[in-house]
Amino acid sequence: MNDSIWDWDRAWEVLPLLLEGLSVTIQITVLGMLIASILGLFIALAMRTPSRWVTAPLKFLVDFIRMTPLLVQLVFVYLLLTWVPGYVVGFVVLGVHYATYMSEVYRAGIEAVPKGQWEAATALNMAKGRTWRAVILPQAIRNTLPGLGNYAISMFKETPFLFAISVNEMYKAGQDYGANTFSYIEALTMVGLLFLAVSYPTSLLVRRMEIRLA
Amino acid sequence: MPDPTNSAESQTMTNTSGDVPAIEFRDVVKRFGDNVVLDGLNFSVPQGQRITLIGPSGSGKTTILRLLMTLEELSGGLILIDGDPYTHEYKGDKWVAVPEKRRRVVRNRVGMVFQQFNLFPNMTVLGNIIESPIHVLGKSKAEAVADAERLLEKVGMSEKRDFNTNELSGGQQQRVAIARALAMDPEILLLDEVTSALDPEIVADVLDVLREIAETTDITMLLVTHEMQFAREVSDRVLMFDKGQIVEEADPETMFTNPTHDRTKEFLKAVLGG
Ligand SMILES: Nc1ncnc2c1ncn2[C@@H]1O[C@H](COP(=O)(O)OP(=O)(O)OP(=O)(O)O)[C@@H](O)[C@H]1O
Ligand SMILES: [Mg+2]
Repeated sequence: MNDSIWDWDRAWEVLPLLLEGLSVTIQITVLGMLIASILGLFIALAMRTPSRWVTAPLKFLVDFIRMTPLLVQLVFVYLLLTWVPGYVVGFVVLGVHYATYMSEVYRAGIEAVPKGQWEAATALNMAKGRTWRAVILPQAIRNTLPGLGNYAISMFKETPFLFAISVNEMYKAGQDYGANTFSYIEALTMVGLLFLAVSYPTSLLVRRMEIRLA
Repeated sequence: MPDPTNSAESQTMTNTSGDVPAIEFRDVVKRFGDNVVLDGLNFSVPQGQRITLIGPSGSGKTTILRLLMTLEELSGGLILIDGDPYTHEYKGDKWVAVPEKRRRVVRNRVGMVFQQFNLFPNMTVLGNIIESPIHVLGKSKAEAVADAERLLEKVGMSEKRDFNTNELSGGQQQRVAIARALAMDPEILLLDEVTSALDPEIVADVLDVLREIAETTDITMLLVTHEMQFAREVSDRVLMFDKGQIVEEADPETMFTNPTHDRTKEFLKAVLGG
């Protein structure tokens, strides 16, 4: 009876399913960013060691991860580690993938700490470890907050790839609903709007942070 | 082969006796790439003396202070603090770097105040001052805070104790930086153009603080300044540098009123506008 391409009833019907999916999407983004921000810091610090035995293989690994598609990485790891649930593969692979980008954010954040800070620490005879912990990292991490926010948004938007490894995130919820009802347009439009509803305010927050830190 | 550190080492036991110079440069060489900035510089500073370094831009004044703070690596020669080899030493006739662990022991005796203050912006005023007394000297927090408060009083910054450093004016930041350096109880204080980044009306405040330190302590001071009147008041000796060499060395009265060397006369004429 309804031959128009948009059906409001369908749109409202799918919403609760999508919100469930959204909660998974957000969990994965939070866990993924947790991994990305911790691992990214360790990569950035390890790249500063003078030993090429550390930096050369690490650099290769980082480039390898960056230069291959996320989707391929997800499916590959999922098929390789069959006993690991897709949910876990999802946030770990996302986390590692984004760690390679976060390491760059940390590198820039560390380099943005003025040379005078290192020199003052030396003049106060601070030990190297203490200089890092008490002076350099607190300032560097502050510099990385906008970058962290931007990558969180971008990771959030890439969670639909997890559809490929059967994680019940929001995009999959929309797809499943579409497959059952043939109301793909309503389902996927709502998916898009919900993504926007989360990422747009977040991006405004990041913008404000950038301005405040500038 | 004579070992240039031998005589120094035999004197390390008499650190405080006054006959061992606080600072000694022996044939110090510093190169930046092909640019030879210091080419076999020799000079020494007796305990408690206040020395002003003057000279044209690029003559190596900052480099000398930075070498003393180990912010630059020597290219050759030795720097001795109280007779102790500091950054490099001779092992037999091999010139080698002193390991960081031993450098740190000697570095505790040297403090520096920078032209750009370099306070830690992620700490409060008090946090800046107590950081190293606690974590380097191993003082208790209570003791470090008590010392810091006394020093803040001395530099006239008591009310700003809990402020963030970015809430302070340049002159205030510099006074905190001076307190921070003094909190390490240095035997030697290095001051590189510490008023050059300040507005003219604040310069006097900072100089007053330094003048008081000069009068009330026996810290050995090495200062680079364009404040010739101040240099004249506080220093025991003035060294005129040109191209990394000492061209003239005199008490301030003589240096500023009756210099011998033409190079000094030209330089003073230029800076004093006379
Ligand atoms: N990090 C560096 N890299 C390369 N060259 C340097 C470096 N630091 C100093 N120099 C060079 O060393 C020489 C001495 O510089 P220095 O800063 O010691 O002079 P200065 O006497 O303090 O001059 P000014 O009065 O301008 O402060 C200059 O030729 C300078 O270009
Ligand atoms: Mg200089």
